[in-house]
Amino acid sequence: MNRTVFLGALAAAGVTAGVAGAATLDDVKARGVLNCGVNTGLVGFAAPNAEGEWEGFDVAVCRAVAAAVLGDPSAVEFVSLTGKTRFTALASGEIDMLSRNTTWTFTRDVDLKFEFTGINYYDGQGFIVPRELGVSSATELDGASICIQTGTTTELNLADYFRKNNMEYDPVPIETNAEALQLYNEGSCDAYTTDASGLAASRATFENPGDHVILPEIISKEPLGPLVRHGDNEWGDVVRWTLNALIAAEELGITSANIDELSQGTNSPEINRILGTEGNLGEMLGLDPDWAVRAIKAGGNYGEIFARHIGESTPIGLARGLNAQWTEGGLMYAPPFR
Amino acid sequence: MASVTDPEPPRESFRLSMLLNDTRYRGYTFQFIALLLLILFMAYLGWNLVRNLVDQGQDISFEFMGQPASYDINQRLIPYDSQDTHLRAAFVGVLNTLLVAFLGCVTATVLGVLAGVLRLSKNWLVAKLMAFYVEIFRNVPVLIWILIIFFVMTAALPAPSAFRGDDPDSSMLFGAFAFTNRGVYVPRPIWEAGSAIVVAVFLASLVAVFAYRRYATKLLYDTGRLLPMGWPSLAILIVPTLLAFFALGQPISLEYPELRGFNFQDGIQVRGSLIALWFALAIYTGAFIAENVRAGIMSVSHGQTEAAAALGLRPRRIMSLVILPQALRVVIPPVISQYLNLTKNSSLAIAVGYMDVTGTLGGITLNQTGRAIESVMLLMLFYLVISLTISAVMNLYNNAVKLKER
Amino acid sequence: MSDTHAQAAQLAFVRTETIPPAPPPVAEAGIVKWLRENLFSSVGNTLLTLVSLWAIWWVLSATMPWIFNGVWNADSLRECREILDGATGACWAVIRERWTQLLFGVTYPADSYWRPTLAFVLLFVALAPVLFPKAPRNLLPFTAIYPFLAYFLVWGGSVWVPVMAAAGFVVGYLVFQRLVAQSFAMGFFGAIAAALVFWSLSGLVTPTLTAIAPVTLEAVPSRDMGGFMLNLILGTVCVSLSLPIGIALALGRQSDMPIIKWICVIFIEFIRGVPLITLLFVANVVLAYFLPPNSTFDLILRVIIMITMFASAYIAEVVRGGLAALPKGQYEAAAALGLDYPQAMRLIILPQALKISIPGIVNVAVGLFKDTTLVSVIAMFDLVGMIRGPILASTEWNGVYWELFGFAAALFFVVCYGISQYSQWLERQLQTERR
Repeated sequence: MNRTVFLGALAAAGVTAGVAGAATLDDVKARGVLNCGVNTGLVGFAAPNAEGEWEGFDVAVCRAVAAAVLGDPSAVEFVSLTGKTRFTALASGEIDMLSRNTTWTFTRDVDLKFEFTGINYYDGQGFIVPRELGVSSATELDGASICIQTGTTTELNLADYFRKNNMEYDPVPIETNAEALQLYNEGSCDAYTTDASGLAASRATFENPGDHVILPEIISKEPLGPLVRHGDNEWGDVVRWTLNALIAAEELGITSANIDELSQGTNSPEINRILGTEGNLGEMLGLDPDWAVRAIKAGGNYGEIFARHIGESTPIGLARGLNAQWTEGGLMYAPPFR
Repeated sequence: MASVTDPEPPRESFRLSMLLNDTRYRGYTFQFIALLLLILFMAYLGWNLVRNLVDQGQDISFEFMGQPASYDINQRLIPYDSQDTHLRAAFVGVLNTLLVAFLGCVTATVLGVLAGVLRLSKNWLVAKLMAFYVEIFRNVPVLIWILIIFFVMTAALPAPSAFRGDDPDSSMLFGAFAFTNRGVYVPRPIWEAGSAIVVAVFLASLVAVFAYRRYATKLLYDTGRLLPMGWPSLAILIVPTLLAFFALGQPISLEYPELRGFNFQDGIQVRGSLIALWFALAIYTGAFIAENVRAGIMSVSHGQTEAAAALGLRPRRIMSLVILPQALRVVIPPVISQYLNLTKNSSLAIAVGYMDVTGTLGGITLNQTGRAIESVMLLMLFYLVISLTISAVMNLYNNAVKLKER
Repeated sequence: MSDTHAQAAQLAFVRTETIPPAPPPVAEAGIVKWLRENLFSSVGNTLLTLVSLWAIWWVLSATMPWIFNGVWNADSLRECREILDGATGACWAVIRERWTQLLFGVTYPADSYWRPTLAFVLLFVALAPVLFPKAPRNLLPFTAIYPFLAYFLVWGGSVWVPVMAAAGFVVGYLVFQRLVAQSFAMGFFGAIAAALVFWSLSGLVTPTLTAIAPVTLEAVPSRDMGGFMLNLILGTVCVSLSLPIGIALALGRQSDMPIIKWICVIFIEFIRGVPLITLLFVANVVLAYFLPPNSTFDLILRVIIMITMFASAYIAEVVRGGLAALPKGQYEAAAALGLDYPQAMRLIILPQALKISIPGIVNVAVGLFKDTTLVSVIAMFDLVGMIRGPILASTEWNGVYWELFGFAAALFFVVCYGISQYSQWLERQLQTERR
């Protein structure tokens, strides 16, 4: 009876034979929409707001790439993915890039055949505990119940850390961040472990944030960044240098406020090269000269994006720390635009 | 359906068009086409698979099952640590699945039979209440029930820290059972020398109880003498075991759970996620079983009840001797397929973080190794084996019932 | 007679008029009798009643203040807590603020909410002649158009796509009518071929038609579907698709052609042997490997394929039950009339077998509709996915569990209970007809 809905869907919306593989860039241009994989919901990094607009730190990267390639930061189709589905979605071409707080690891890069195009957030795994527990170091957590979000590298780090320190623990795996927090708040586990950024973001949502301490130990390195499929280097370059343009823009003082003025031409050759008034960097990427201008205009430079979504003035309140520019003691270091 | 016609029709020589038009050969044509299409379809899928794998530089191999899993599992029925292989992790998950499925089936049966019988009760309130239970659980997705029950448990039960201090908010039941939102802690029996004898005595008394009951039934049928059943059975069951227990100097002792550090230590921990999943599955499936039981009881014609009453049987005996044995034949096949559903629904364990086989093999292993095809294939294989086994049991039972019937 | 009267007159006292009937004793009438018989007929029963009353009181006393003391106006859980100030109460404000997301998902365009709503309302109109024998027959043409209309309403885009799809069916049907006289198989496959040819040709004219007569609604891609709407879409589409497939599978399983029989048996047993969630994993992470390289299917379409396969296996078993329940005489009578297999099936066997299987099919449909919530496990934002994903992850509503899950449970209960009541009603109808 309703069989035709299916056929109709097949005819109209279904088999969108997007040619992925070799020429993602052409594909995205032809489609007019960037398919970007994001988290199903992590405050500050990727979550739809009450109006249904996706926003967050990872989302901003997608928007910048869409702006650079398509000229429209809203030409993004956000595909929400769980830890389990993200890699298949990317490998199968369902999404063009994955910007879902994904840790850059050897196996993901080499064995799963993905290309990490840079790092937009240096994270590390930490613990949060209730203050009343009187724990001040992760080494005092012997025998504790610890909530973890299943399907992430945090599970492996946790196992390694406790094994290394010869401690016992009781893992309480749970599927989503929100549910893990619920368990933690009800006392079903003594500590909750995830990326330190996530801990800060979560603490912000607690009834009394002051009652919880984030322990000083960071037990892992979690360089998070966007990734694309192996083998399509042109597309990888576009994503990589869009991210680099955002980072370099902050270093060079290009902001969304002064970019219109700067893109008229300046005395700094590097700014000119990024903004396309000098040289032909855009052409080399297969884009037009204004690509970086649009990318930066989409949400501002790296610093602005950071401040708007997860910075100290937001409920999440993350300090720049490792994510400051290299000139300010951080690790954000964009290769030269030359 | 070959029909016999008197004069043998003149034998036609075979023509190609007969493959389509002649009903004798058309079947072969269809089958051939179907088979061909199937093979082509499979080949198409296989060819796509190969090309995709080549494109992405991947392969299909089960080597990863032999590598260290490097994650921990909180509920282990066999020894396991993070250095063991993915294969062993999967096996731990399999055992957890079987555990929750077994517990769920037993509880669901008890609940279902109770609710099904009570729904037919003459007590209006009870009947309505049971109808309410059945409807409300049958008509809401089991995933929502699992989540709700899990969060009810975490919210309603105290955290272990509530047991701490000089004047704790909560205390252990009989000093032996601790109900916390991390699970229920129960005493663990410690088997010392001589405990084997106690167990043997217990088993022997079990056998004796059955023997006694058989004897009593036989006596009833042969002579009409009714021996008491209840208390002698109980006595046979308990007294010798207790005697042996004390005679041997109490070889079995209990290790009570005790709050040390962050958690209760010692004793047996029945995890919150297990309890939530177990209860949710049992209550949900119980509602379906209740309906099956009710339908089964109602399928026994009223004349049977009246005839039994005319023979002078009391209501309880009518139920146990006349109605239930007949209803059982109708009830058991659908109930077994409910068991099957329960086992399959236990794969929703992932929603509450219970580490069943979907959580280990289909969850963390799949995530960490990225071996999607292999993991999902093994996972399906496991469930398929379970289902086919249960189906086989059901068929055996059906055949057995059939034989008795005719 | 008179003799007795005479005797009566001699006695000291004899009542000559009948006494008016006395009211029955208090314990044997009205509410007291009802209570006695239904609630307190024996010690055990009384005990049961008391236990039930206690249970009801216990549940109500825990939930009622919470439900009725709820806060409806607040912007976040924190605000709710401030308003409640320690008192028990739900935070219904979350439903108030997010109900559109719960019903339609995050990304469905807000100004188009009327479209799925209208499609939903029309669904009842379209289903009425199928579900209720007494509904006006002249609604049937609308039932036939409904799928195309619903597609147009929900997905939008050019009206010519569904129109062409419908025209393809008409073409197929016409071809079938012409060829069926020769043989059913010929008509059937000819119709499929004709429809396919028509569709592939219509792909060429649709853009032109759209240019000439641009009747369009804003196109909404499938992955923007979410919330309870997604559950409803998956439920209705998969059930309706699985009906014909399920019937075909059931016939195949009963067939005496061994190869076809075994294909059907293996398919059915395989699908019934694995949990739906593993099939969804397949849709989500494995199916992409089996499709031509560089082609992508919508996730929703892959899920529809998998759920349809799942449902058809179950429906096949129900229909098989119906086929088996038919007396053998029906088959033999059909053969005696000289009907061939397709004719016998279409005219004699299936109408009866399907009638017997309707309650079973409805049960499968309800179960399937409930199972559509499992798509939340593979990160689709259906009703449960919306709750567990975006809403609980938001800063404002992190920690609102009961209200949201209660709302979800209530929605499902209303729909599923409605369907199962319908099924019971239908069962009663069918029973009386057979007697």
